[in-house]
Amino acid sequence: MKVSADTFGQDNDLGDDAYKYGFVSDVESELAPKGLSEDTVRFISAKKNEPAWMLDWRLTAYDHWLTMDEPDWQKPKFPPIDYQDAHYYSAPKSMKDGPKSLDEVDPELLAVYEKLGIPLKEQEMLAGVAVDAVFDSVSVATTFRAKLMEAGVIFCPISEAIQDYPDLVRKYLGTVVPYTDNRHATLNSAVFTDGSFVYIPKGVRCPMELSTYFRINEANTGQFERTLIIADDDSYVSYLEGCTAPQRDENQLHAAVVELVLHDNAEIKYSTVQNWYPGDKNGVGGIYNFVTKRAVCRGKNSKVSWTQVETGSAITWKYPSCVLLGEGSVGEFYSIAITNNMQMADTGTKMIHIGKNTTSKIISKGIAAGRSDQTYRGLVRMSPKATGARNYTQCDSLLIGDICGAHTIPYIECKNKSAVVEHEATTSKISEEQLFYLRQRGIPEETAVALIVNGFCRDVLQQLPMEFAVEAQKLVGISLEGSVG
Amino acid sequence: MAMPRLPEKQPEMSVTPENTLPFAGNLATAGKDPLGLELDWLQDIRQSGVVRYRDLGLPAINLEDWKYTNLLALGDMDYLTATPDHGDVPVDVVPSIFPTGNNDLPSGARLVFVNGMARADLSTMKDLPAGVTLEPLAQVIDQNPGLLKVHLGQLAIDTDRAMLALNNAAMNSGYVLHVAKGVVMENPIEIIHIGGIAQQPLACFPRNLVIMEENSQADMIVHHVGVGGASYFVNTVNEISLGQAARLRVYNVQDESHQAINITANWANVTRDASYSSFNLSLGARLSRFETYVALNGTGAMCKLDGAYLMRGQGHCDNTLRIDHLKPDTTSSVMFKGVLDDRSRAVFQGKIVVHRDAQRSDGQMHNKTMLLSDKAEIDTKPELEIYADDVKCAHGAASGHVDETALFYMRSRGIPDDLARNLLIQSFLAEVLERVNVDTIGAAMNDKVTHWLPVARGQI
Repeated sequence: MKVSADTFGQDNDLGDDAYKYGFVSDVESELAPKGLSEDTVRFISAKKNEPAWMLDWRLTAYDHWLTMDEPDWQKPKFPPIDYQDAHYYSAPKSMKDGPKSLDEVDPELLAVYEKLGIPLKEQEMLAGVAVDAVFDSVSVATTFRAKLMEAGVIFCPISEAIQDYPDLVRKYLGTVVPYTDNRHATLNSAVFTDGSFVYIPKGVRCPMELSTYFRINEANTGQFERTLIIADDDSYVSYLEGCTAPQRDENQLHAAVVELVLHDNAEIKYSTVQNWYPGDKNGVGGIYNFVTKRAVCRGKNSKVSWTQVETGSAITWKYPSCVLLGEGSVGEFYSIAITNNMQMADTGTKMIHIGKNTTSKIISKGIAAGRSDQTYRGLVRMSPKATGARNYTQCDSLLIGDICGAHTIPYIECKNKSAVVEHEATTSKISEEQLFYLRQRGIPEETAVALIVNGFCRDVLQQLPMEFAVEAQKLVGISLEGSVG
Repeated sequence: MAMPRLPEKQPEMSVTPENTLPFAGNLATAGKDPLGLELDWLQDIRQSGVVRYRDLGLPAINLEDWKYTNLLALGDMDYLTATPDHGDVPVDVVPSIFPTGNNDLPSGARLVFVNGMARADLSTMKDLPAGVTLEPLAQVIDQNPGLLKVHLGQLAIDTDRAMLALNNAAMNSGYVLHVAKGVVMENPIEIIHIGGIAQQPLACFPRNLVIMEENSQADMIVHHVGVGGASYFVNTVNEISLGQAARLRVYNVQDESHQAINITANWANVTRDASYSSFNLSLGARLSRFETYVALNGTGAMCKLDGAYLMRGQGHCDNTLRIDHLKPDTTSSVMFKGVLDDRSRAVFQGKIVVHRDAQRSDGQMHNKTMLLSDKAEIDTKPELEIYADDVKCAHGAASGHVDETALFYMRSRGIPDDLARNLLIQSFLAEVLERVNVDTIGAAMNDKVTHWLPVARGQI
């Protein structure tokens, strides 16, 4: 049974207080009706059977969202987003609707999987073939949960965490990215459907790399993941996030929020390979990837490391940031952004040094090809208390072809005399000599370009966990296909 | 008569109530300014300036360009627009960056402004070679308005800039330097602005034109110096046009009093094979902002923009520049270095834009700052915006403090702490001061820097 206007009508009849006790919703409905309203927020919350405090928080965020203007300072410009023209909730599609086997999957998509060297079983998963896994807004099956539980690690969908560990969620949710942060993060706070929750207890080194594949599976579904990772004292976790998306024509908004909290001596390594659908050669379709990612190093000597390989999306707009509060805490940001055809990217990081002797390092490699346009935008701020703080930034851009654009906009604010900030940036084109050398040894032009670009990105690729590094290297080559010759 | 045309359009265009709009008083008197009253085209520029400024108001920090420089924080700014009478005050000694004083001029000619007003009695033009004219704006308006009409308002045309609109509206002073085709000047021209000798706060809105014709060459020293104790406001717009293969080098020394606010914008158009260089030494002012907009508008055009800022007290120094590489094979090179003490603050915003056709552009930009105090602040934003692939562009920025290892080394060799610190500051600044390529001027700049340094034991 599909949700109908009546369901909403009922909700309204119950009045404002009704949600405290929850209300019976149509659990079989797969899709929230199109549009965004307070009812949508209540619908999602009810679907998740959330406690009152969670709904309250969502509604406060929604109210705040209504007062916010769409930001317009970013470099990539796009037509205004019609927030009413999307579904804000979709339950996992019943398996019977999915393709029965890989034979029914778009061959172009399969070709990409093939090039990436994704195993068949995984290909089936990625393509949405009916396998024993759950997709879309509901988190992917968390395979090794038993083993993790043994170590005391909590790794579950955030919707489950809200039920099972409400105290932890309540304590940390929105403390890193408050619901007032920016318009897309606020929207996420109001309508997030799912995401991951990770808690690493004191002294625990997470026994395995945590990995989640997110993907957009259903047309017209805005994706609003919310990830919250808490690393308690002396703990360590490596978290991998990878994205692929099947081809479709309508622009889709993807506004995720990732919050990381680090206590004393904790370390989080957060790696992302983002390969959402970038739109076709003429810029039709593609994902709007507007993500707010931030880590707070609350504890002494804690360390957070963001590594990202951004090759997909029509527009990528994100600044994974580090707030370095704890004395001696460390923030790192390694990024590769590749744009081709009509893609646009405005990405970078923020390093906010507050504690003494905090250090940060930014290595950003941008490659623009085709008619694409990309911007590195970064902030390094040394607050008056950040005595002995240190930052090193290196931003390099590579242009392939004469109709793309690459821009660098670093902001450096230093209010402490003993803090040392260094920033370097270069922009150049792909070296004719290197290309010629490879070509005359019989290497096809595209392969040669991929090789050179891989060399250019090496500093960042090295930071990726093994599982990702191989895929990412291939991705670099594939992303630049058709950009030369 | 053009005088009464101002008030008609005001009410509908005004977004800020008249009584709270900064410089409202100066706008009100702008239409009565004696400068160019009879020139309709100039009155048109004035009026559109009034309208535009009323629309925009004083730039606020929510504008990206003004993110780090807050004019509104200066509070009520109520300055009287200076008139020729205000310039007519006694000046005993004309300050010069050259130690020799008045008698033995290393400069070729000298034009002196007091409270923004040209003073013929203090100026000297005797050494100007044939083909070079240097005249106060009022004089050019009287004698050669045709030249003015061709050049004024041609380069500074960005209608989104409130401070430009304000200058358009209220311009009340200035000069025109015209160097004819092929004339190479041997000696630098010295422009000296003396401010602060007044009973009340004065505002001055100079509009200066520098016109360098083909193959001409000139060096200029633009020296702003505050003498009296009165606060004053200077909002200058310079329009600088360089003909083919012309060369202009401008050395700015901003040594305003701590009561001064100086906002200067340079708009330069550099044509084929021409070269424009400037060095900007900022030492004083409560708040100064030095904007430079260079259009590299011909093959082989180049610019070199350098500067040093030395701030203490509560001084605020802003260097904002933008270089547009519009044609192939253009070159730009930027280096700014600064030392900040006490509660001072400096801002550096640099932007290199390489346009689609500007292949083989080379753009280099560097900004380094040394902080001597925990209350000092540097905000820097070196930007690259690049739309052509065959380019070599790089920028670097750094901030730090006195190198403790080097300090220890010098201390261990018996050099007193404060002297050692001064030596390290001097060596830090040497890299940029070396880029001043006229020896006499370089030496004068070095003297200024040495003079600025804290008093140290053992120093001569």
